[in-house]
Amino acid sequence: MYKLTDVRKDYQKGRGTVHALAGVDLVIEDGEWLAIQGPTGHGKTTLLQMLGGLDRPTSGSVELDGRDLASMRETAVTRVRAASIGFIFQTFNLIPTLSAQENVEVALVPLGIGPAARKARAEVALASVGLEERVRHLPSELSGGQQQRVAIARALVKEPKVLLADEPTGNLDEGTRDELLALLERLWRDLGLTLVVVTHDSTVARRAQRIGVMKKGRLSIKQDTRPAVP
Amino acid sequence: MFFTYLRRELRRRMRQAIFIALGLAVGIGLVITVTAASSGVKKAQGTVLQNLYGVGTSATVTKSPTAGSFTRPGRNFNLKPGATVKINQLTATGSLGSLDDSAVTTIAKLNGVAATAGAVTANNVNTTFKIPNFNSGGSGGAPPGGGSGGGGGGSFSGPGSFSAGNQVTVNGVDLSSGGQPLGPLSNGTLTSGRTLKASDASSDLAVVDSSYAKSANLKVGSDVTIAGQKFPVVGVVKDSSGTDIYIPLARAQALANMKGKVNTIYVAATSAANIAAVQKEIRAAVPGSTVTTSADLASQVTGSLSSASSLASNLGKWLAIAVLIAAFLLASLLTMAAVSRRVREFGTLKALGWRSRRIIGQVMGESVAIGILGGIAGVALGFAGAAIISGVAPALTAAVGPTTGSATPGGARSFSGGAPPGGGSGGFAPPGGGGFARTAGNATHSVAVHLTASVTVTAVVLAVVLALAGGLIAGSFGGWRAARLRPAAALSRVE
Repeated sequence: MYKLTDVRKDYQKGRGTVHALAGVDLVIEDGEWLAIQGPTGHGKTTLLQMLGGLDRPTSGSVELDGRDLASMRETAVTRVRAASIGFIFQTFNLIPTLSAQENVEVALVPLGIGPAARKARAEVALASVGLEERVRHLPSELSGGQQQRVAIARALVKEPKVLLADEPTGNLDEGTRDELLALLERLWRDLGLTLVVVTHDSTVARRAQRIGVMKKGRLSIKQDTRPAVP
Repeated sequence: MFFTYLRRELRRRMRQAIFIALGLAVGIGLVITVTAASSGVKKAQGTVLQNLYGVGTSATVTKSPTAGSFTRPGRNFNLKPGATVKINQLTATGSLGSLDDSAVTTIAKLNGVAATAGAVTANNVNTTFKIPNFNSGGSGGAPPGGGSGGGGGGSFSGPGSFSAGNQVTVNGVDLSSGGQPLGPLSNGTLTSGRTLKASDASSDLAVVDSSYAKSANLKVGSDVTIAGQKFPVVGVVKDSSGTDIYIPLARAQALANMKGKVNTIYVAATSAANIAAVQKEIRAAVPGSTVTTSADLASQVTGSLSSASSLASNLGKWLAIAVLIAAFLLASLLTMAAVSRRVREFGTLKALGWRSRRIIGQVMGESVAIGILGGIAGVALGFAGAAIISGVAPALTAAVGPTTGSATPGGARSFSGGAPPGGGSGGFAPPGGGGFARTAGNATHSVAVHLTASVTVTAVVLAVVLALAGGLIAGSFGGWRAARLRPAAALSRVE
């Protein structure tokens, strides 16, 4: 469970200060799907980075299962990311020199899992996103939708508690987007993930249980837009 | 995963990796080549010095000649006009002053001195010339051949002639030790006959240098004439000291009018570490003496060997260092540039839970791999460079002053034969107007050596260390840059 208390993030820009997060309070229950919407530059991605421990707030606390990511040492936060948090990015962010399977294996390296086990788990993860025939392909040999599937497999192979997705369908056409959303929804249901998706796309947001809207660094929560899923 | 990732990344950046590796290879190759050339030059220098100095000799003691001290055996020439004069005389090298025999024993008693040997370095001149007719009361004229002649109240007329004859270098060898003497003969390789021994000390026997023997058509059993005396040749040695004939010291002293005197003392120190102290002691014990060590002699080496030495130690060294620094800088800059291009990649890895240490290790691993490739290529280039130097380098020549080292090196010395009859004070010169080349002493020894640039194990180890250092330096810059990346900033970077 996430518990964010009065999270603020300020950036220096020129001589002025940008308040990317201006006191965010938020609780995300385990297994919840939260979508965050809002105009560009109003703090959506910054909030996602706080949730993933990729950045630290200027003030406030970001607790994950009772541990404050904001005050933990960097190595400890890195361990949390390695074990408990999966990321999906708009631009897929696959390593261009590694095959689909190796890209998925990359996520298991920090967990100290041996090569054989890594390989086996990567194959299973790729099969779960429908890419069992593409394990040896390089990212450049895959379509955008396939690349994002590899990214999802990479995020899920370590069986995280939380999946954070930043515009996961932003670079995909409508058909591929729908396929991917269906996949995400299935995985969310099957694995009991806590899923936080930043998106501009209302079609994506409507799939979530709750929608939060970021505006000028503040978050307002819209209550359930869909029936709750157990 | 480390090696897979490393291999794939290097393959992706193959051109850049080859470029960096080649840069390092050129730097390392130059270092190896220059090191090999330097060591070859040093070896060649050692060969030259050994040839000139003799095995085991640590220093030589000489004395500068004092004004008017240059003595010649007395000769009463009958210089009547039209007369033919034959000269065959042994003359101590004019550029060296004489030292009393006692100096040899004085030096032998000093601390740190293992052995001493006195020697007389001399030149045997064999010349024939005819005095032209002399007309008293006339003006000075020049003898045939264009040499200048000064006449004080008379003039030469009629045909005169001059035969340059020959001049050989003779070394009087101290045989008192009984064993292998110090000095140039100690370095000679006996090619036929035997060398001189203690029982030959007062005999008219000679050992000749093989080059001289060939040019003079001598062999064991032949005779050489020194100061008009016949010396049977008992042995032929091959050496490069510049000495043509070795005879017992006592005979050289007698014939060169040097009884009880020597003009060179060879000294062997008990150890190389003592040479400086021994040098100081000798200077104090034999006032006015010049003590020359091999290091001093090395500094007097001139000729192409010296030029090669300067080239290797100055230009070569600095060129290699400059190229190496440039290669390191290039490798570092290109590695940092490569890291900059991979900011998003490293940010992703950090987001996936990779620790900075692992990412730094990956970057450094790639750089070290490039460094190793550069090192291997550099060693190959170094071997090739050394082989090329050995193959195409012309024979180097080294010229030094007499083995004593203290004499003024170089320069032909004129030989004045005394005043012509008639009271004139004019000298005379050989046909052609030049002075007598090598008349007054073998002032300069010239030795030809082949430069062999051999790559040593040390140079290869140095290359490996440099290659690893190059890789580590470049990798540490890149790694440092990668480690400083915050994952959020890295991920937000637009590429």
